[in-house]
Amino acid sequence: MGRNGSHDVIITLVVSALLIWLLPLMISTYTLTVLVIYGMLGLSLGLIWGFGGILCFGQAAFFGLGAYTYAIAAINIGESTLPMVLAVLVPAVFAALLGAMMFYGRLTDVYLGVITLVVTLILFKFVNSTAGPQYVIGNARLGGFNGIPGFQTLNVPGDPSAYIWGDPYFYVCAIALVAVFLLVTWLLRSSFGRIAVGIRENEVRMGLMGYDIAARKTVLFAIGAAIAGLAGALFANWGEIVTPKLFSLGQSAEIIIWCIVGGLGTRFGPIVGAAGLAYLKFMLGQQSMIDNTLIMGLILVLFVVFLPRGLVPAVASLLNSIFGRTKRKPRPRRMRTARHG
Amino acid sequence: MDLSFVILVEVLYGVASLVLISAGLAVVFGMMKVINLAHGEFMMMGGYATITAVGLGVNVFVAMLVIAPLVVGLIGLIVERLVIRHLYGRLVDTMLATWGLSLVFIGLATMIFGNTTTGISTPIPGFAFGGYQVNGYNFFIIIVSIVLVIAMYAVLRGTRAGLIARGTMQRSNMAAALGYSPDRIYMMTFFCGSALSGLAGAVLAPLVGLVPTSGGAYIAKAFITVISGGPSLIAGLVSSATSFGLVSQFFTFAISPVIGEVALLIAAVVLLRTMPQGITGRFFKGKL
Repeated sequence: MGRNGSHDVIITLVVSALLIWLLPLMISTYTLTVLVIYGMLGLSLGLIWGFGGILCFGQAAFFGLGAYTYAIAAINIGESTLPMVLAVLVPAVFAALLGAMMFYGRLTDVYLGVITLVVTLILFKFVNSTAGPQYVIGNARLGGFNGIPGFQTLNVPGDPSAYIWGDPYFYVCAIALVAVFLLVTWLLRSSFGRIAVGIRENEVRMGLMGYDIAARKTVLFAIGAAIAGLAGALFANWGEIVTPKLFSLGQSAEIIIWCIVGGLGTRFGPIVGAAGLAYLKFMLGQQSMIDNTLIMGLILVLFVVFLPRGLVPAVASLLNSIFGRTKRKPRPRRMRTARHG
Repeated sequence: MDLSFVILVEVLYGVASLVLISAGLAVVFGMMKVINLAHGEFMMMGGYATITAVGLGVNVFVAMLVIAPLVVGLIGLIVERLVIRHLYGRLVDTMLATWGLSLVFIGLATMIFGNTTTGISTPIPGFAFGGYQVNGYNFFIIIVSIVLVIAMYAVLRGTRAGLIARGTMQRSNMAAALGYSPDRIYMMTFFCGSALSGLAGAVLAPLVGLVPTSGGAYIAKAFITVISGGPSLIAGLVSSATSFGLVSQFFTFAISPVIGEVALLIAAVVLLRTMPQGITGRFFKGKL
């Protein structure tokens, strides 16, 4: 695995630099920014679901929590640096607590899904009901279903009047995504990542080998939540308003659809799925012939039935079978003769 | 005295509506280990079927108790043949596929009925009890769900079809070896489950304004109730609906409806944390 670490990093950097340079020529940066943010959100679930085997129905909870944390902190502080940090930390801590509760209780698949779903619903219902003036954190009114508008958006650290918006904001988001992507790559290359994949494959085996499964899953879950929180904060900056819709079931569903369509167990898949489907939705929003939801639903059903591995693995194996044979012939696996001792 | 009667009715109603909401999902999950996340949309379609039928001049009770279950059951049958039967035994995949289906149904309903709220008035008038106004329709819902549970028990316990279905549920290859086609039994079970969802949606339709997305309000509750119930079909359904209904109505009366809803959700988290296999994973083991 870790043969060509630096090689891969360079390729990632070059490709992403090209994309960051070329894409704005085709799509407006305003739209691109949100695609990048969704890509990051997709990656956060792709990490914990695709590599950790934790199916979280409530990734939107961390996304929304990040956005709300940012908005509330930005109103109270009036500067964006510390709120950004908080927007990563608060969801991570929340996820660590939630994860510890779930994983030390040995909850698995469906039950895990129910709990994460329920937590998202609790947040959604609670935030929705906070319309009254008594729900205040510092100077920030939670505003119920109206959300929180008018907070300090991203600025150059230390200078609250130097806002970052428009094209520069797109570059900030894109660079953040690349950084997160490299971080995830590094994480998966490390022993922590490989053990996480091992746990996904067979929990009992890894447990018998002496790894603390609950602790490792909790940490991975928290990392995923931190990434989702960062995406939420960036989204809050992009939209300049946060509403309870961020916590909604529909949002959670969409993140799962992105991962399935893009391809689980890959790093690119969720990003490609998120950006692609969000762009598709944006395009579909411009016509009124066919309902948007209908098409998203059809896509999900068709993918689950016909292409359950997702787009990226399918395309990769297709390319491999066409071009890859000469270049990347998998070395025939030889059994190593067993030695004693 | 009057107040305690009203509260008793409300609590019973809370439990009954949970039973009603979850019954269709419980049948499909309990028998086939398929989690149908389009369950809420099946209920929504049951509601629309009722309203359409009433609009065409059908008696409202016929529309609710006969037409809606049949229509939704048939839709369920089509869905099972087209999508679900390819996914048996893949729990997470069925969840995702049915989630996609739910989006499809929302989209279809939006295109057909428009994104507006429709509804019918409750066919049973309310009445005054002491100083309080009681919704007469609540009694209807309570009776329907009691009859439903008894009927489910009777069918599963007393009839040959129920016996075969239970046998298939426990070990499908053994049932196949005895000459029953699991494929067909699953198909029928899914039909029954969908019909139950349609019935629930139809019966609850007069109480809520119906929009294409109103299924979402039910699915989470149904999902939570069924999963918390655990492996036994009827015992799980009744026990978890009772516990959640009690908790949510208690907090609704003590504080506010929002807190009641939140209390239900928190109760679910606590319950699953302490009993990871659901209520019937620990109590009432081996019951139906």
